[in-house]
Amino acid sequence: MVEIVTMVGLPIDEKLMIKKNRIAPAGADPKGLKRISVVTGIHGDELEGQYVCYELQRRISLEKDKLTGIVDIYPAMNPLGIDSITRGIPAFDLDMNRIFPGNKDGNMTEYLAAGIIDDVRGSDCVVDIHASNIYLTEIPQIRINELHAERLVPLAKAANVDFIWVHGASTVLESTFAHSLNSIGTPVLVVEMGVGMRLTKEYGNQMVDGIFRLMQELGIWGGETIPVRKPMISQNPYDVSYLNASASGLFVPSVKHGARLAEGELIGLIVDPLEGRVLDEVRAPQAGLLFTIRDYPIVDEGSLMGRILKEEVCRYA
Amino acid sequence: MRKKIIYEIKGMYRDDFRITGYEFGQGEKSVCIIGNSRGNEVQQTYCCAQLVKKMKQLEEEGRIKDGHKVLIIPSINPYSMNIQKRFWPTDNTDINRMFPGYDLGETTQRIADGVFREIKDYEFGIQFTSFYMPGDFVPHVRYMKEGFTTVEDAKKFGMKYIVERAVRPYDTATLNYNWQVWDTKAFSLYTNTTTRISKTGAGQAVMAIMNFMACNDIIKYSAISEKKSRMFNDTELISVRTAKSGFYEPLVKAGDKVEAGTPLADIVNPYDGSVLETLYAPVPGVIFFIHNEPLTYANTAVIKILADDMD
Ligand SMILES: [Zn+2]
Repeated sequence: MVEIVTMVGLPIDEKLMIKKNRIAPAGADPKGLKRISVVTGIHGDELEGQYVCYELQRRISLEKDKLTGIVDIYPAMNPLGIDSITRGIPAFDLDMNRIFPGNKDGNMTEYLAAGIIDDVRGSDCVVDIHASNIYLTEIPQIRINELHAERLVPLAKAANVDFIWVHGASTVLESTFAHSLNSIGTPVLVVEMGVGMRLTKEYGNQMVDGIFRLMQELGIWGGETIPVRKPMISQNPYDVSYLNASASGLFVPSVKHGARLAEGELIGLIVDPLEGRVLDEVRAPQAGLLFTIRDYPIVDEGSLMGRILKEEVCRYA
Repeated sequence: MRKKIIYEIKGMYRDDFRITGYEFGQGEKSVCIIGNSRGNEVQQTYCCAQLVKKMKQLEEEGRIKDGHKVLIIPSINPYSMNIQKRFWPTDNTDINRMFPGYDLGETTQRIADGVFREIKDYEFGIQFTSFYMPGDFVPHVRYMKEGFTTVEDAKKFGMKYIVERAVRPYDTATLNYNWQVWDTKAFSLYTNTTTRISKTGAGQAVMAIMNFMACNDIIKYSAISEKKSRMFNDTELISVRTAKSGFYEPLVKAGDKVEAGTPLADIVNPYDGSVLETLYAPVPGVIFFIHNEPLTYANTAVIKILADDMD
C-alpha cells in the first residue's frame, strides 16, 4: 500500500511528497512483525537503487505467501532531485545526506528529514542504497562507520556484497541518514554500488539476492534464498590506496573495473587532447583490487581516478 | 604592495586556476583577510578590492607600522565566480568545507591546503562570508565560542553587533575553525549583502577593518572612538517562520526597528493574490536578517529578530 511519509507545499501549486510502499503478509497483524526498510534516492543522481526497489517487489509478488514480515520501500527520498537530475536538494543547493536527523520545527528540508527518520526508525534493518556519484564506479560494497561496526558487520555479511569497508568516524558524517538512525539503535547498512545516472542490472540483482537473505535471517522471508558471497573486509585505512590525478586532462583507462593489479601496473593515461600529449601514466602504487574506477573522463588536478584494495585483504575472501 | 600568486592549478581548457594575494608592509604576519570562497559571494570580493585600494594608499603614505605584514586575498575561488556557480565547477564541493585541506587529496582539498599553508601563521584572520540562505543582514562580526578569540578582540572592529557562535559539527572543516586550531584569532565579517554590491556595506567593512588594525597598532589611522557594541549568541536571534509557501512580500528591511506586532511580511497565493498569512514581530527588536527572494517555502525562517535588550 502506497503511503505518504511526509509532505510539504511548494510555492507554486505543487506538493512535495515522500512516498513509500508497504508490503505485508495478507491478513497479519503488523504488530510484532519484523520489518526491513529499503531506502534510496537521497542523492538524486544515484539511480541504481531504483531497479532494486522494482526487482525486489517483482520477486516478492511471485511468492507472496512466503512473506512473514514487513517490507517498506522508499524509492525516492529526494524526489525533486531525481526528477531534475540534481544530486542535492534543488533550490537549496544542499546535500540531503547532511541534514539528518532533521527537525520538525526546522526549515523545509529539516522538516522532511525529521518525518523520514520518524517513519523509518524501529525497522529491524534498513538498507540505504547509494550509487557512488557520476564520476566513479564502485563494486557492490557496504560502508560502515567504525562506531557501529560491531552491530553492522554481521548483518552486512548476509547482504551479498563483495566488500565491507569499515571507515573512521568523522564529525561531518554525523548528519547522515545512516548515522542518525544507527545512533538511535536502528541498524542501517549503507550500500554503494555502480555509478551515478546509470543502472547496472547485474549489481541490482546481486543486491536483491542479498536483501532476500537479510529478510530470511530476520524472519521476514520464508522462501528459498541463494548462498551469499563472502565479502572482503577492510578495517584499516592503510588497506586502501587512492589514485588522484597529477594533472588536469582526459583520463583514459587501460584496465577494467574490478581488475586485480600488480604493483606498478598501468591503470590508464591522463592525456591532453589539444596537443596530443601524455601528461601522466597512472600506475598501481600497490598490488590489489581496483574496486573503484573513474567513469567520467575529465579530471582536474586532484580528481579521484580509482581506489585499490591491497592484495592481502582481497585474499581472505 | 606586492601582488603574489598564492596557489595555482593548470586548467585543461580554461585558463589556469589562480589565487592571487596582495601583501602590504614587512615583518610579522599580522592580519590576513579573505574574500569570497563561493561563486556567488560578489560583495565579499568587492569589499576586499576596496580594502586593497585603501591599504595601497596607506602604504604609500607610510602609515603601515614597522614589523607588520597584511595579506588580502580577494577571492579563493575565481573559477566559480566566472561561471556564476556557487560551488566548485566540476564536483560541486564547497572549498569552505575542506579546511585545513590535504595536498594529496581531491581538487578542492588541494586548494584549501594550498591557501591554508600561506595564511595559517597570521595573528589575525578575517573572512568575508555569507549565510547559506539568500538574504540581507545587519552588518556584524562573528567568532566561534570555543576558540580563543575573545569579545575584547571583536570589539576592536567598532561594529555595532558582535555575534558569538557555538561550534557545530560541520564547522570543523571551515576556514574560521581551522584558523583557530592553528592559533590564529579568527573572525567572520558579514556585510549586508552577498550577490549584489552594496557600496555602503563595503565602506562599513573597510572602516571596520581599519578600526581593527588601528586598535591593534598595525596602521596609523584615526579610528572612530569605540562605539558601544552589543554582543549576543546566535541562538538568541528569534526566527520568524513561514507556515505557507508562496510569494513573499517583505514589509520591513534589515536594520529596521520593530514593535511587538509589527507586520513583517505577507505570504501571498501565487495565482489569486490572496494573502495566505501575515508574519508579525513576536517581540520588539531589530530586523537582523531578512530573506530577499520573491518566493518562499513553508517552514522557512525568513526573518531573524534581535530582541531589544531588556536590562
Ligand atoms: Zn549517495
